[in-house]
Amino acid sequence: MKERVAIVGVGYTSLRAVSPDVSFREMIFEAAVRAYEDAGITPKEVDSVIALGEDYREGTCITDEYVPDQLGVVYKPVQTVTGDGLQALGTAWMLLNTGIADVILLEGHSKASNVLHPAHIEAMALDPVFVRPHGWAPTFVAGLEMQRFCHESGTTPVQAARVVAKNKRNALKNPLAAYPAKIDPEQVLASRPVAEPLTELAIAPPADGAIVLIVANEAGMKRCKGKPVNLDGIGWSSDSCNVHTRTWGKAAYTTQAAERAYALADIKKPADKIDFAEVDDAYSYKELQHLEALGLAPEGQAAKLLEKGTFEPDGDLPVNLSGGSLGCGSLHDASSFRGLLEVVLQLRGQAGERQLAKAKRGLVCSWRGVPTATGAVAILSGR
Amino acid sequence: MSAMNTELRGTSLREADIREGRALVTEWHPKALYKFDAGIAVGQFLDGLKEGKLLGRKCNASGRVVIPPRMFCEISFQRSDEWVQLANTGTVNTFSVSFVNWDASRRETPQVPAVVDIDGTNPNMGILHLLGEVGETLDEVLQRVKVGMAVEAVWKPAEQREGAITDILYFRPVGGG
Repeated sequence: MKERVAIVGVGYTSLRAVSPDVSFREMIFEAAVRAYEDAGITPKEVDSVIALGEDYREGTCITDEYVPDQLGVVYKPVQTVTGDGLQALGTAWMLLNTGIADVILLEGHSKASNVLHPAHIEAMALDPVFVRPHGWAPTFVAGLEMQRFCHESGTTPVQAARVVAKNKRNALKNPLAAYPAKIDPEQVLASRPVAEPLTELAIAPPADGAIVLIVANEAGMKRCKGKPVNLDGIGWSSDSCNVHTRTWGKAAYTTQAAERAYALADIKKPADKIDFAEVDDAYSYKELQHLEALGLAPEGQAAKLLEKGTFEPDGDLPVNLSGGSLGCGSLHDASSFRGLLEVVLQLRGQAGERQLAKAKRGLVCSWRGVPTATGAVAILSGR
Repeated sequence: MSAMNTELRGTSLREADIREGRALVTEWHPKALYKFDAGIAVGQFLDGLKEGKLLGRKCNASGRVVIPPRMFCEISFQRSDEWVQLANTGTVNTFSVSFVNWDASRRETPQVPAVVDIDGTNPNMGILHLLGEVGETLDEVLQRVKVGMAVEAVWKPAEQREGAITDILYFRPVGGG
């Protein structure tokens, strides 16, 4: 990295299945007040703002026009990233490296409970000529992917179901989580079939919530009193999302994104250097598939390592200590902000009951969800 | 258009090609339905409309009285402090005369959208609504409506109000213009 860039403030609301008591503006305001307090700055110190949002999920167009008020940043540069949270962080990293901004606020939220027919909205992402006419809920894309991943890696559905049990159990120690539970893999397999081999409990349920991050370069850090967590590497990539010809078994986008992030962070043997990770688990198998693509588990070995306890909170590589999307609820594109939040809290020693004894370097791996083949990787370290 | 066709490699579509099924047409009718959690500020405001009241929010730090209300002040970035009942009257900040509906169909009788700065807000700020009783034609409207004109709210009868912005039918000139 050319310039040292760090997350200097985090603010958040709790994550919940529904949030009828607050508007999305009031929800974001709460997260923003906390982020400013955490960074030790006021909105005056912010140079530029990046809001995360997909108009179709919000129910309004030009959603970025709706964010400045509750962030206290009227009369400031604002832009939207309609992509994954880590792509927004990458955009901030680029702006901070140019020096055009020294302090940037990133906002991500989900009001998923307000979308009455989410499958209809997701279906708009399917190819209108070849795919949409079949009329299936887009989850079938994940079913196809899981089938091929299991076939290639030798992973069994019951092994994948262990991811659900682990993450929901981790979520029991996260006061922000919407869906903590003590369940066993058999319950996951016995839940309603959705898109074979995926069952209902193997799918991360949506949640409402807001997360605000404040990032700065060296010059910006001088304005902030918050405890900085360094962004050492970041990368993102897209495979072909063509459902006829894409790489079904492996998360090729993650491998490519990780290569870029590792190169920036100067990491040659990731398995030795990464202490813990927050890895996309929108569906049970995705955590295992992503871990292999990241090089944090050898190909075809993630499920076996999971069974050995490697990814448990007391294992060699704790994964999704926050509870992940399966335990916390999916915030869609803002889910990776939840991952960043956990890594920041761990590296600062503020993770409460979930706190790791030794945590120097954490990784966040994201995926944009079906039907995309896009994901990103960020690597963060404490001072 | 036809002159262009000789220079372009593609074949341009005519409306008839789509109508008569010669072009590829796919149809999809998504249920893009949303409910919007009104939350504290907007929820209270809508409840006020049902009672025939315009409610604003006051921020003591900035001195502003804001409508439509929010629970925070975007200038002071403080949580705002109290509810204020505002007058039913205001002045026209700006207006237009609209001949086109949202679905692009033409209107015979134009409508007059206007931003009405509500009396008692600080600094002057308003709500977007309709002006009524200001004429049926463009000439009539332009003769009667002026920026800065005093107007008052005309409400639906109490039993028909439902807690929506349309509980106000329109704003009309004070004293009939």
